[in-house]
Amino acid sequence: MDISASPSIADGPVYTHQTVRLDSGLDLECGVHLAPLEVAYCTYGTLSPARDNAILVCHALTGDQYLAERNPLTGKPGWWSRMVGPGLPIDTDRYFVVCSNVLGGCMGTTGPRSICAETGKAWDSEFPPITMHDIVAAQAKLIDHLGIDRLFAVIGGSMGGMQALTWAADFPDRVFAAMPIATSPFHSAQNIAFNEVSRQAIFADPDWHDGHYRDFGAIPARGLGVARMMAHITYLSEEALSRKFGRRVRHDAATAVPASSSPSLFGEMFEVESYLRHQGSSFVRRFDANSYLTITRAMDYFDLAAEHDGDLANPFRKSQTRFCVVSFSSDWLFPTSQSRLLVRALNRAGANVSFVEIESDRGHDAFLLEEPDFDRTIRGFITGAAEHAALKAGER
Amino acid sequence: MRVDQRLIAEMIAPRARVLDVGSGDGTLIDYLYRTRSCDARGIEIDMQNVTQSVAHGLPVMHGDADHDLADYPDDTFDYVVLQRTLQAVERPREVLRQMLRIGRHAIVSFPNFGHWRLRLQLLTTGRMPMTPVWNTPWYSTPNIHPCTIRDFLLLCEEEGYVIQQWLAIDEDGARAPWRRSIRLANLFGEQAMFLLKRAGH
Repeated sequence: MDISASPSIADGPVYTHQTVRLDSGLDLECGVHLAPLEVAYCTYGTLSPARDNAILVCHALTGDQYLAERNPLTGKPGWWSRMVGPGLPIDTDRYFVVCSNVLGGCMGTTGPRSICAETGKAWDSEFPPITMHDIVAAQAKLIDHLGIDRLFAVIGGSMGGMQALTWAADFPDRVFAAMPIATSPFHSAQNIAFNEVSRQAIFADPDWHDGHYRDFGAIPARGLGVARMMAHITYLSEEALSRKFGRRVRHDAATAVPASSSPSLFGEMFEVESYLRHQGSSFVRRFDANSYLTITRAMDYFDLAAEHDGDLANPFRKSQTRFCVVSFSSDWLFPTSQSRLLVRALNRAGANVSFVEIESDRGHDAFLLEEPDFDRTIRGFITGAAEHAALKAGER
Repeated sequence: MRVDQRLIAEMIAPRARVLDVGSGDGTLIDYLYRTRSCDARGIEIDMQNVTQSVAHGLPVMHGDADHDLADYPDDTFDYVVLQRTLQAVERPREVLRQMLRIGRHAIVSFPNFGHWRLRLQLLTTGRMPMTPVWNTPWYSTPNIHPCTIRDFLLLCEEEGYVIQQWLAIDEDGARAPWRRSIRLANLFGEQAMFLLKRAGH
């Protein structure tokens, strides 16, 4: 395998992210007090004088705060720039949109690459275990810092949806509307299993060095690359893979087998293989292995019902938040059945909930892609919620 | 908005909490929200309708009468509405029970199988009747539990529901003149609409 990476990520932060430093730190669920806390974030649009038009967008496992602008690390457009911007479904002419790098991440927010105050060294694999609640608590500190009392909406897909749900559960009075997309109120056994395979791939890399790879000037690029390749399959669907690649074989000069040479098992490469290798190798250039382990573990721990006496309705009882749950028909990582469980719990809690399953054959990643029905759903839900929010403001 | 939807809207008090089961394109809940300041929500089985409704900012969830009412707590709503759907659900009696558990009132409309044209067709042709209201052949109709106005009255009696208001309506949804006599309504009313509540409330 030819997964390789430039070592730049092992050298520490190269880019300056917009960051707030909170010396008071954060009390983690595991008992560790993390201080100082740094949260890297991007904002779009203008906060209204009443400070009531803020939308927090929560990113997924390997996303970052570069929501709607060029990502300085990859040079690519923001991961949701087709959704967030002037006149777009999440309209920055009207809303103040905030997106922050999650706690434990590697794009400027406190994480395994940050310096531990006690040791003066980077945390690396000693970074404390975190939960979705910790991730959201860190975001809440940023929202406090920005002077926002109540978020008009919290929106997120996949792990971002877990954060949206956690916001609604932990801070019901601070969330007017919540949109959990392609997500689940708990991480399923199958998803934990996939994460475990990803982690074992990282551990098996000779460059892993028990998580202190940076001390050796190395990164577990092969392991992290394989982890990404495997995970990427779960983000797609059989139909999407068939449509995109089928059984096509690459016939370029680099992989062509000279007629004279002896037959080889891997003399030619299926396009899907080539695609996955590319996904793996580009990922290791931008993501830290310890962050990957920290955040996947936080997802595994996520189970809102278990934390509330086994009843998923409990955290949402008396909730005034308007919910819009969205799933995608071909998403087998976070299938519609899990969204339906969530919707039923929200109904048991008497919450105001909309629920749409978008017809798409593109699997879990559909929430990042062009899906007109999805765009309409987001725009409509936000517009409808805004109408209600204004109505309530008028009553006060 | 259909005439019968307007009749339903007239039964609903302003600012009430309403669940429209089978909300279609969301016309009724939109109307109730805009003109009566109701907290009106919908359940709809057709995903295109759901998407269209949510895209219009309406709180609608994908689901159906048979499976998704049981989740709501008692007395979540002031009114639970079921338009022209009772005959198509799997368990009409259970659906009614759920409606009057989660809502203080139920508003139910259904096509009347006792209409004279149906009776006459069955009598004269010996075949399943086909009319503008009952317009799908027996092998493909979604209407698996047809009933007459009298049948419905009997069920309400058995279940102990109080009929606060009833009216016969014609095919287009306009109110029909058979207000006094159930017998005449059952013969000449193409559809019926009932406003129910639980006994003892």
